[in-house]
Amino acid sequence: MKKLSIKQHTRTDFLTYLGVIIAFAVMSFLSSNGSLSRSLTGQLVPICCYMSMAVSLNLTVGILGELSLGHAGFMSVGAFSGVVAAMSLQTVIPSAPLRLAAAMVIGAAAAAIAGIIVGTPVLRLRGDYLAIVTLAFGEIIKDLINCLLVGYDANGLHVAFNLTGSKTVADLGMQEGGIAIIKGAQGATGTTIISSFTAGFLLVMVTLFVVLNLKHSRAGRAIMALRDNAIAAESVGINLTKYKMMAFVTSAALAGAAGALYGLNFSSLQATKFNFNTSILILVFVVLGGLGNLWGSLIAAAALTVLPELLRAFSDYRMLVYAIVLILVMLATNNPTLKTFFSRFKPRKHVRKEAV
Amino acid sequence: MFPKLVPMPSPNLLTERDVDKRPILECINLGINFGGLAAVEGFNMAIGRTEITGLIGPNGAGKTTVFNLLTKVYQPTKGTILLDGNDTHNMNTAQVNRAGIARTFQNIRLFNDLTVEENVTVAMDAHMHYNMWSGIFRLPRFWKEERVAHDRAMELLSIFNMADLAGAKAGSLPYGAQRRLEIVRALATNPSLLLLDEPAAGMNPSETAELMENIRNIRDTFQIAILLIEHDMNLVMNICEGIAVLNFGRIIAKGTPEDIQSNPAVIEAYLGKQKEA
Repeated sequence: MKKLSIKQHTRTDFLTYLGVIIAFAVMSFLSSNGSLSRSLTGQLVPICCYMSMAVSLNLTVGILGELSLGHAGFMSVGAFSGVVAAMSLQTVIPSAPLRLAAAMVIGAAAAAIAGIIVGTPVLRLRGDYLAIVTLAFGEIIKDLINCLLVGYDANGLHVAFNLTGSKTVADLGMQEGGIAIIKGAQGATGTTIISSFTAGFLLVMVTLFVVLNLKHSRAGRAIMALRDNAIAAESVGINLTKYKMMAFVTSAALAGAAGALYGLNFSSLQATKFNFNTSILILVFVVLGGLGNLWGSLIAAAALTVLPELLRAFSDYRMLVYAIVLILVMLATNNPTLKTFFSRFKPRKHVRKEAV
Repeated sequence: MFPKLVPMPSPNLLTERDVDKRPILECINLGINFGGLAAVEGFNMAIGRTEITGLIGPNGAGKTTVFNLLTKVYQPTKGTILLDGNDTHNMNTAQVNRAGIARTFQNIRLFNDLTVEENVTVAMDAHMHYNMWSGIFRLPRFWKEERVAHDRAMELLSIFNMADLAGAKAGSLPYGAQRRLEIVRALATNPSLLLLDEPAAGMNPSETAELMENIRNIRDTFQIAILLIEHDMNLVMNICEGIAVLNFGRIIAKGTPEDIQSNPAVIEAYLGKQKEA
């Protein structure tokens, strides 16, 4: 009996996991050794977040084939709900790693709900509507959080919307000893930092696990089929809306978890951090790494996050050099000569010529 | 999950076999207008459970439009489609497929970036029941159903001599193999009616002969009805038990191949009016 093709996929996926594990081991060794620069050590958790963001966006853009321009919006939802969760669960869950895990789960759930709200009307349509709506979503969520006031005291959570611009934390009506978690345009300040590189590594692994296993299951096949040809996919009985929603909401939830980790890595965080530029940056990771290519996304996210730091020597011309490097890499990865060179290292497919 | 595939001997008197059974498909006064133009109008047809029916007509007669109506790519503006006696009025394309109509396309529409095997297993989606979590966490149910789907896909592919190609990308296949894969994919949905849109297009005579054999085999093995659009008259006249001729969106003749060949209206539609002698 022939091997299940899924088992062959699993073998390829294993190499991706292995790469991440080795990278984690090397980086933890270097940072414990003290041979990493301070700025790079500070980048470790954000790099993990961006890697996870890139992999999850690849699910929407590369595997589902729908353009999403608001991935940072889901990250933002996850970040702020994660921060609120972590700050208000301080007494309930004293252990920091467990609290972080809980915050990430809550961040993922909140982002998933946002994903359902955005996806439900849009994913029924064919065409580029998702790009337009997610673009708007990213901007709307930024402005909403900008006027959000959240505090926590013995009575529980207090939420107010500063729509008139005159409300302050005092209007939350908290008891003595309550803490303000989100303070409108100031964002979340005074957050206890509980993120760690290990948590970042686990997040990347979980993201990879979810996306790769989803891709190589019944759902993933259906999602890729409707990317390749929606009419044919429907003609073989595939429920378009269901599978589009599945991919999009999963992608949003993973972005939410990454956002929670990101939010809990800084003592102060503003909603403007998750703007259109961030969404585009993540999209650049995905495009540079290759649509549908998950390990490509990982490498692109890591490299492009570190690159601006490495280019500090160029001072004012830093972003110019960054752009040039980006263009050169894009040109090089599309070069046919280089492609054939690298394809030599790929495992050969056992395909015999058709016997006719 | 799927019925076992055992080729049945081809019975000679098909109409007799189907006579006491309800037809698999009935179209009653079916029609669609595109902005005032009646692309198909007053389309009436009944197809027996194991009948091979041909739908022929000059270019632009509305044959593919009929397929698109049956599979709900277009919603009919008039008339009723009864599939096994059930009205398909409120169904969409995916639901119609799950109810039993599978089709191929005139211009091949495969999932080019998926492998040949995946193209077939993806069509079994309606017959698989494990959920997203079983898939992500690789629960026993996942392995069980994937194993069944894999075996079924290889069984179907081997009927069409394509088992060797299972691992190849569908987009990289030669033209003839792509056409066959479309048929295999349609059959994987376990239909009771198979619609073939110009299956012999672009094939040479020996390939067409092989295709004819295949179509007969499909009917005998799977015991299903087949409705096909084809311009190759040799193929149509040889394998179809009933033929309907469409011109300008209307049926101008129906009957056995012999009836159609001698029908003056058909000859006129294809060749123009004979000059008065």
